Amino acid sequence: MSLARYFAQHGSEILQSTGEHLWLTVVTMLLAVGIGVPLGILVARRPWSSKPILGGANIAETIPSLALFGFLLPLPWLGARGDRIAVAALTLYALLPIIRNTAAGIKSIDPAVREAALGMGMTGRQILWRVEMPLAFPTILAGIRVATVWTIGIATIAAAVGAGGLGEYIFRGLAMVDNNVILAGAIPAAVLALLADLLLGLLERRVRPERRKSRRPRPTWSGTGTAVAAGVVLIALFASVGLAGCGGDRAGTVVVGSKNFPEQALLGEILAQEIENRAHLRVVRKFYLAGTFICQQALLAGRIDTYVEYTGTALTAILKDPIEQDPAAVFSKVRQQYQQRFNLSVLPPLGFNNTFAIVIRGEDARRLHLTTISEAAQYTPHWRAAFGYEFMGRPDGYAGFVSTYGLKFAGAPKILDLGLLYRALLDREVDLVAGNSTDGLLSARDLTVLQDDKRYFPPYQAVPIVRDETLARYPELRDAIAALAGKISDAEMQKMNYEVVAEHRDISQVAREFLRSNGLG
Amino acid sequence: MTSSSDRSGASANSISKPVIEFRGVEYRLADGSQLLANFHLAIESGETMVLLGRSGAGKTTALKLINRLLEPTAGQVFVEGRGTLEWDPIALRRHIGYVIQETGLFPHYTVEENIGVTPRLEGWDRARIRHRAEELLALVGLDPRAYLERYPHELSGGQRQRVGLARALAADPPVLLMDEPFGALDPLTRVEVRQEFKQLQSRLQKTVVIVTHDIAEAVDLGTRIALLEAGEIRSVHAAGKFLQSDEPLAAAYVAQIRALQPEGEAS
Ligand SMILES: Nc1ncnc2c1ncn2[C@@H]1O[C@H](COP(=O)(O)OP(=O)(O)OP(=O)(O)O)[C@@H](O)[C@H]1O
Ligand SMILES: [Mg+2]
Repeated sequence: MSLARYFAQHGSEILQSTGEHLWLTVVTMLLAVGIGVPLGILVARRPWSSKPILGGANIAETIPSLALFGFLLPLPWLGARGDRIAVAALTLYALLPIIRNTAAGIKSIDPAVREAALGMGMTGRQILWRVEMPLAFPTILAGIRVATVWTIGIATIAAAVGAGGLGEYIFRGLAMVDNNVILAGAIPAAVLALLADLLLGLLERRVRPERRKSRRPRPTWSGTGTAVAAGVVLIALFASVGLAGCGGDRAGTVVVGSKNFPEQALLGEILAQEIENRAHLRVVRKFYLAGTFICQQALLAGRIDTYVEYTGTALTAILKDPIEQDPAAVFSKVRQQYQQRFNLSVLPPLGFNNTFAIVIRGEDARRLHLTTISEAAQYTPHWRAAFGYEFMGRPDGYAGFVSTYGLKFAGAPKILDLGLLYRALLDREVDLVAGNSTDGLLSARDLTVLQDDKRYFPPYQAVPIVRDETLARYPELRDAIAALAGKISDAEMQKMNYEVVAEHRDISQVAREFLRSNGLG
Repeated sequence: MTSSSDRSGASANSISKPVIEFRGVEYRLADGSQLLANFHLAIESGETMVLLGRSGAGKTTALKLINRLLEPTAGQVFVEGRGTLEWDPIALRRHIGYVIQETGLFPHYTVEENIGVTPRLEGWDRARIRHRAEELLALVGLDPRAYLERYPHELSGGQRQRVGLARALAADPPVLLMDEPFGALDPLTRVEVRQEFKQLQSRLQKTVVIVTHDIAEAVDLGTRIALLEAGEIRSVHAAGKFLQSDEPLAAAYVAQIRALQPEGEAS
């Protein structure tokens, strides 16, 4: 699909995300100015405060944004909503240039001017408001300008915590490996940044004292004035669209979340359409949240009402329990613990199991009549193997795998990026790899997944998780979601993943087709 | 050290309490260096005291001690009988007009707004401020219609100084401190403005402390002249007798300056 067509089709959606983005920026900047300017004044007035304040702001600047989100998540009021987390982090980042420029602007004022003000009997407050602030204003504005442009750029990361904005397209596009989608987020963000830079730059030039002219006719709305006015109108427009998008989230709507990879977005979309069609509720989609931890936090805080998790992940990553092999036991344990500890309902599994898959070429499997890993053990000493970083490192990965099956390989296994494993296998560089059981290529190419006959790999069954509170408010939700139970097989999931990842098909369309062909839509 | 030999020539008001009085004032910086030492000086009401001395002698420092931009490290400065440290500094400064050496006009204010600063702080209404600004501009020889709306960067150095003078006079303070107020003016304008100021002063009878390097100006404007050197007052002279003084330092000073400023003997 061409970029132009993507924009045409998703225009109103992109406009709304732009509004959200602007809203995040405006709120952030109001806060950052409210905090940064007083701190800058303090730095200018009290030299002792310079080190701790500027040092602190400098350090804040160096914290990676995802880490910062992680620190903010557990905080009581702040962590309760994605946009609060995002605004808090963005504000922290925006402080440095504002503090620095405020201090510099005040310090650069001609000492004779300050002395005159003092000598005329102005109080400290009068000197600040009538002399220092007006004279430092152009410099402060320059700092605000820098901070605004930064904020518009960094705000794209807010999508990671479900705060919306243009970052959603960038995350989605990265996960789908689709440049058009990335550009749908990146281009409006760049335009916003340029616009902000331009408008604030014009304003800055206007307020420089040496540019003031006496006896100008009062209404000086010349070119720059019109541009500023147009900018303000535009901002107001976008902000109101964004507000409309942000507000009213909670009444009569269900928020569906997902993690940041295509299978998750697909599952989220299937869940969302099913809820829309069957329960007739309005659905807000907050996909591409940055990982298990953030999804769980979002669920607990009520930022999302439901998403699809994997039982093995829930057991180890959330409940911090040791790995277990029996799917039924894992499921019931997760279901019971989630209910007890979090008031979250774990609904019946969707069917497929997204676990490690030991994969060989189909021709080898047929020639050697192999269906299980145990059967392959006699051949592996002649085979080369390749695995991903994750498989080599995880407790349910390589070490236990080779010892359980008593495997030996020809030479040490190669370590490759996940995306390159299948290519290496198909190109006959290696003969055995560990992939994921739902990888799209498994259904599209002549590849065989060997059965884990000793049940070494723990179960990672996909299960929808829903807040109890939401189920109580919308009882019809339970039936709608339960209708999906057992409907998605491994092969079905592989096929859908392939369509989205390899064929760049639209997620909502793939989901719709799936639901229809299963008599659900 | 003060050889106030000519104190008798102070003026008729010498019976009344001095408006400004330095008593044993010393001023040191935090690093210990001494800018003023053993400073005694009494300035009577309505008198114009000239501080004369080479660059770096401590003239500006002495002025700043009067309106408490600086505080003495020893001794006391009295204004109207009260030590400056007992005054509320804001009240003290509103009471004293201050023309600083570098003018210090507010670059973001027009001439009118600059002149109006103190009146505004004192709560005057707009019309009264405007009227006052016009009156003062005329007084310092600037056409109000041409200059009221200008910003400082649209003025020449001399015009800025005149606006600075007008600003210091705005709220009609009884005491006026002037740090080389006519420094940036050409000799002709300088004499003109000086004459204007002299007339003004004869009407207003303010207590003035003025710093200048110009002997003619000192003699013309001053009632008394204090000669400063290296942070100390060397002698105080009645202005009328200064040029004829046989006090060695004063005589030497006059001789040196005369050699450099032959035109200095105006009036
Ligand atoms: N804040 C300061 N730090 C260090 N030295 C200072 C400071 N203020 C004044 N001085 C020094 O104190 C001395 C007196 O300064 P002051 O400004 O009173 O001189 P002045 O008589 O007004 O000279 P001029 O005629 O050049 O204006 C000078 O040597 C000056 O360098
Ligand atoms: Mg000086």
